[in-house]
Amino acid sequence: MTHLAAHALTISLGQRAVLRSLDFKAGAGELVCVLGPNGAGKSTLLRALAGFFPQAPVTWDGVPLSQIPARQRARTIAWLSQDGDAVWPLPVRGIVALGRIPHGATLDSLTAQDRDAIDRALHACDLQSLADRDITTLSGGERARAFAARALAVEAPVLLADEPVSALDPHHQLTVMGSLHRAAQEGHLVIAVLHDLTLAARFANRIVLMKDGGIIAQGKPDRVLTPDLLRAVFAVDVVSVDHDGTRIVLPWSARND
Amino acid sequence: MKRADKLVPALFALLTIMSLLSLGIGSVSLSPSQFWHGLTGQDRVAQLILIDIRLPRTVLALSVGFVLGLSGATLQGLLRNPLADPALFGAPQAAALGAVLVLYTGLVEALSFALPFAAMGGALLSVFLVLAVAGRVAGVTTFILAGLAIASLAAALTSIVINLSANPFAVTEIVFWLLGSFEDRSLRHVAMAAPFMLIGSYLLLRSGETLRALTLGEETAQSLGLSLQRERILIVLGVACAIGGAVSVSGAIGFVGLVAPHLVRDRVKGDPKSVLWPAALTGAALTLGADMVARLVPAPTELKVGALTALMGVPFFLAMIARRRGAVAAEAA
Repeated sequence: MTHLAAHALTISLGQRAVLRSLDFKAGAGELVCVLGPNGAGKSTLLRALAGFFPQAPVTWDGVPLSQIPARQRARTIAWLSQDGDAVWPLPVRGIVALGRIPHGATLDSLTAQDRDAIDRALHACDLQSLADRDITTLSGGERARAFAARALAVEAPVLLADEPVSALDPHHQLTVMGSLHRAAQEGHLVIAVLHDLTLAARFANRIVLMKDGGIIAQGKPDRVLTPDLLRAVFAVDVVSVDHDGTRIVLPWSARND
Repeated sequence: MKRADKLVPALFALLTIMSLLSLGIGSVSLSPSQFWHGLTGQDRVAQLILIDIRLPRTVLALSVGFVLGLSGATLQGLLRNPLADPALFGAPQAAALGAVLVLYTGLVEALSFALPFAAMGGALLSVFLVLAVAGRVAGVTTFILAGLAIASLAAALTSIVINLSANPFAVTEIVFWLLGSFEDRSLRHVAMAAPFMLIGSYLLLRSGETLRALTLGEETAQSLGLSLQRERILIVLGVACAIGGAVSVSGAIGFVGLVAPHLVRDRVKGDPKSVLWPAALTGAALTLGADMVARLVPAPTELKVGALTALMGVPFFLAMIARRRGAVAAEAA
């Protein structure tokens, strides 16, 4: 099975070790949600997996990312930034089309295959009605959906998404998470950083709980999202209810001990 | 896309008309038949005026404007910042310093190609300095402040060079040259600057796909398979080549690189690749237009194109800052 792995991953930014000797492995067909408090190293882990640290010991199917040619890596791993913004007044469809660059597409010469991928991505993020709108005139949440669609349009075996739904309304949080879930079911590996415990519980095959640059626990949602672990990691007391076999986890009170 | 498709041919048509007008304008007025006979070589005097005096001037205004508009559009795309302009990097000022040094030392008499090389070196140095000081991800303010500092430094050094110059005629020449003008340029100037502007334009025009990939920021561009470091160096080299070549024949002409891309950006739906040619052609039109105004306005000595483009560009720049301030305030509310 194809897999993305990091072994003894240590990354320091300035003087601070952001990731400490972390081991991680995930394979095709998984939707992995990475949870943890601010500063736990979630984004850094995702960026390392995306290949932004050339020295980081990250492998795809056993091959170090640094040995994969840039174009091929771009076709293999799609990345959705946490703080995307658009400065030019491009139409949404044009933004999404950028996802086809790794496949050799330019806006001037999109193939039928490119167009299909773009349409699928627009549909997955419920953007059909906004496809021709100037991105700079959209709301923050609408833009976030356009950026998510851009990453989906790569149709890469791996999708790394840093907080893909934080800016979205409940309806679109479910739409986009549903799309990521579907991508995983179709055999893609999706790794997403989230802050919403219940969304993670609802959609993830596996949850990775991080704190202080390391993985505290990982596994199926109901094994990881326990009151004790959440208290230890987030310093919160949670209320949890089981609904249709899914755990609903609500942070209820902040602890100061 | 329809509108954008027609944009480049329309600009070419505009430039053709402007070029003919530019050949027709000057202290000597030529009748249409003289004009025609001059072009075909039947009238020696008219030919001299057209080919030796007005043609170099027109070609230089067009090509300098072209590279200014193109450099502006490319830098804006590279930095994802609509306020970027070669002048905000201090590039023309630094190029002017390089050129003035060559003029001052008299090196230019021995080696006319020293002038564009020195100007290019100055432009390159300033762009690298600003990038090194401000960093690549810096905000607008940081860039403008760093560029201002470099430009001021270049201006101060230029002023010292002028102070040290023993020959008052050389001083006048340098000062007038610094203000930016196409007055009294010959085909020799065209030949000197053309290779630099051509190489620079080539490097910048080929960067379109890179600029497109940069639309959503450097990391996203990298995740799309772009080797940013190489592309960035090629663009900076392109700007230095183009601006160095331009400044070495025209002096410092500002604000064309800032204004031109904005006039056409909406017509290409903001696409940072499609904006390159229209921005370059618009830059050519603005610069040639400014030069024609400079020739037409009666004054004891001819008006300087650099002063005219600044007169046009500064209010535009201020309006843009005010508009962005409005946008920021609206976001905060």
